[in-house]
Amino acid sequence: MVDVPAVPISPPDAAAEAVRRAQQSKSYWRRVWARLRQDKVTLAMATVLALLLVSVIFAPYFTVHDPYDGSALRRLKPVGTPGHWLGTDEVGRDLWSRMLYGGRLSLLAGVVPVASALLIGGFLGMLAGYAGGLVNSAVMRLADVLYAFPSVLLAIAITGILGSGLRNTIIALTAAFVPPIIRISESVTTQARHLDFVEAARASGAGALMIMRYHILNNVLGPILVYATSLISISIILSAGLSFLGLGVAPPHPEWGLMLNSLRQALWVDPVICALPGVMIFITSMCFNLLSDGLRQAMDVRL
Amino acid sequence: MSAAAASRPLLRVDRLTKHFPARGGLPGRRQAVQAVDDVSFEVWAGETLGIVGESGCGKSTTARLLMHLVRPDSGTIAFDGKTLGSAMSRRDLHRQMQMVFQDSYSSLNPRLPAAVSIAFGPLVHGVAKPAALGRAADLLQAVGLDPALFANRYPHELSGGQRQRINVARALAMEPRLVILDEAVSALDKSIEAQVLNLLLDLKDRFDLTYVFISHDLNVVRFISDRVMVMYLGKIVELGPVNWIYREPRHPYTRALLAAMPSMNPRRRTMAAPLFGDPPNPINPPSGCRFRTRCPYAEAVCAALQPELAEMPGEDGRAIACHIHRPGSGHSRATQAALAA
Amino acid sequence: MWVFIVRRLLYAVPILLGVSVLVFALIHLAPGDVVDMLVPPEVPREVADLLRRRFALDQPLHIQYLAWLGRLLVGDLGISFFTNRPVADELFGALQNTLMLALPAALLGFTLGVALGALAAFNRGTWLDKLFASTAITGVSLPHYWVGIVLVSLFAVIFDALPAQGMGPPGVPLSAEQIKPLILPVVTLSLIPMGVISRLVRANVLEILSHEFVGTLHAKGLLSRRVLYHVMKNAAPSALALMGLQFGYLLAGSILVETVFNWPGSGGLMNLAIFRRDIPVLSATILVLATIFVVINILVDVLQALIDPRMRR
Repeated sequence: MVDVPAVPISPPDAAAEAVRRAQQSKSYWRRVWARLRQDKVTLAMATVLALLLVSVIFAPYFTVHDPYDGSALRRLKPVGTPGHWLGTDEVGRDLWSRMLYGGRLSLLAGVVPVASALLIGGFLGMLAGYAGGLVNSAVMRLADVLYAFPSVLLAIAITGILGSGLRNTIIALTAAFVPPIIRISESVTTQARHLDFVEAARASGAGALMIMRYHILNNVLGPILVYATSLISISIILSAGLSFLGLGVAPPHPEWGLMLNSLRQALWVDPVICALPGVMIFITSMCFNLLSDGLRQAMDVRL
Repeated sequence: MSAAAASRPLLRVDRLTKHFPARGGLPGRRQAVQAVDDVSFEVWAGETLGIVGESGCGKSTTARLLMHLVRPDSGTIAFDGKTLGSAMSRRDLHRQMQMVFQDSYSSLNPRLPAAVSIAFGPLVHGVAKPAALGRAADLLQAVGLDPALFANRYPHELSGGQRQRINVARALAMEPRLVILDEAVSALDKSIEAQVLNLLLDLKDRFDLTYVFISHDLNVVRFISDRVMVMYLGKIVELGPVNWIYREPRHPYTRALLAAMPSMNPRRRTMAAPLFGDPPNPINPPSGCRFRTRCPYAEAVCAALQPELAEMPGEDGRAIACHIHRPGSGHSRATQAALAA
Repeated sequence: MWVFIVRRLLYAVPILLGVSVLVFALIHLAPGDVVDMLVPPEVPREVADLLRRRFALDQPLHIQYLAWLGRLLVGDLGISFFTNRPVADELFGALQNTLMLALPAALLGFTLGVALGALAAFNRGTWLDKLFASTAITGVSLPHYWVGIVLVSLFAVIFDALPAQGMGPPGVPLSAEQIKPLILPVVTLSLIPMGVISRLVRANVLEILSHEFVGTLHAKGLLSRRVLYHVMKNAAPSALALMGLQFGYLLAGSILVETVFNWPGSGGLMNLAIFRRDIPVLSATILVLATIFVVINILVDVLQALIDPRMRR
């Protein structure tokens, strides 16, 4: 019996195979994206959020009544009233309209502070982490002073003393969120700065800015993005809380926290209605939280 | 190369010193880790200078001082006759001298593909992106990796040996004349280590390079070096051609180090430990000769006076920092010409 | 180690100074100044300026700051615009009322948090754990002040079992009259610490369990007391640290819950001050609360260093 020799992998096949594998080698972010798309919970949440965004942005198309149009005759109609399927508020305005229009301001107050804090805090943290020394101390001390306040207190301090309104709410929340982002960004930068590849980059003669752009930024971006998305839900809750206290958006604008407060007086008449704005806050916040979790899991790719 | 250049060392280091402040304690009572202390040596074009020593002896700090990644407290570095700081800027230095780090994984940005990591240096110095990437592909070829397969790979998709080749390619991307290899093969498996070492020798010939090879592995240093420098606790204790150092070590520390190397020769069995005592604290090095607390030949003069690194009379190119080998130092054995082998 | 403690204490001083500067800056960035708030706009400018000089408002800012700081350090927190009484008196009483909420809420939140977290960890993978995970995420997404409103609408309006607002007779709560109004606010307040602590305890316990008892512990709990004791002992330091922080939050961040329940604590005081634009009361309250928070943080750090030497940097 003739021995069948082992079949060698002929070079062209091996090379072709290797080339194919090399071309599939994805960048880090593309792989995160792929994993995100596979996560069912994340997809569900993204869908809900997308629906929410669409209905809020295009509120005029989804509502019939003007959210500012109130009439004493229509006060506090319960859920299921024909024409006002979610009822009316204490001034007679359609609750469904106010919820949708209110979503614009609430989401704005939720997302803008986080985005600004991301930019400001991310940059300051990288600067502090890379420069070290006095710059680092100065930035971190500043962050510590802001950190000395519980977020609620800081937000109240700024809006309570400086005045209410959407602009001050955004400023206050940005101030509350900047310190933790600075901490994360500085910590990652400090660690990365001592890693050999940064030293190697310095050995290539690269200046600080180039190193930060090519080597540090892409390492910092991951952690702060995950943290920021979890902050959005807190921001929405906090901004609604500020409005609840009368420090945020002023009446008669619709905003979920404000509605929660004004409907509170109607607690004894219709306990169900006053809970409704809170439901919206809850749903939105939950979506962002689950998205953040999904993002964190997707980013926990074995490197 | 002109006659003047041939007689001039490629790299000359003079009295380099670096002390790191020790952590902890209240301000004002801080002590310093004397990592590198008054170190002077030369590197000649085309040679491989090996630097050996145990952990904490200052070899890695020396490497970083050479690359100016760490600023020295005092001392000068001169490349090809031009002093760093005056005739030569840091940027220029980095075009002539590059470094390969020990940890192949952490030396590469996990978020960048291999080709971009290699091309980064040229990019920094103004080379256009396509040209830089082209050079990266050529270098990948030079280190034995097929560019078609490896250009877009990420560090976590590569083996240790492949990563280290990429690190070498990155160092070469700057077209340096001198490459410092800081424990460049220490973390690799033995078989891979051999491949990479051979690659390094090959590249040295091909690109006309000079190497400074730092390692704690005495065998590897012997294989690759022309001259060897032995460091202990921040100071050079012995310096000379590789064969002389390995066959006839003079400094007590070098002898102990070499004696500790496991040997295949059954006749070279040792029963007694070659070195006794604990490695001293680099924050508070012993007075005088730093090795005296572990030296079997230590005497009073060793505690009083620090031995200078001096050329051995009659042996050109070999230097030792030990009172025994300096006639007239006061050591009881100093009058003898050489220690009995 | 004492070096560390001293360093930590010294470090708090610039932070507290920074806090005071921040509050002072906010006060002065506010539109209009003190005099504008005290006097009606019809008053001629010379009179207003006279008042300004009397209040030393024409001095350069840093002098004003130092004077203000000096007054604070001796305990003079200013006079309320509205009631004309010293702020310190009102604040002290208000803080006591907040403490009346914070302490039981802390107890409730911490014990339940530890219990739930440990339970979830020991029953990892079972439906209990999954329930815990979903509850945890729900809890973090809920605005706690809204939960308070829901509780009020349930128990006060629909069931008419508990009072919706207000505090009972003052003093240590022992009588039913005093305890009834406490229940809803305390439960609401305890939700956040409960959530945070249970998550941490669960993570810690899981980590400890994975360390040593792999394969020798049955999932259905051969829960010998020794095992339990060992696990708790290891999970304690970081849990205690977090509890300290959460207590700080309870004291300093109770305003939302106090608003829902009209509780006359520090939060309620702030609320009134905001409504009345009573800047002295508002700023003093914020300052005192922030100081309390910083002090608690320091205590937590020191305690952690005492327990676990590895924590010192």
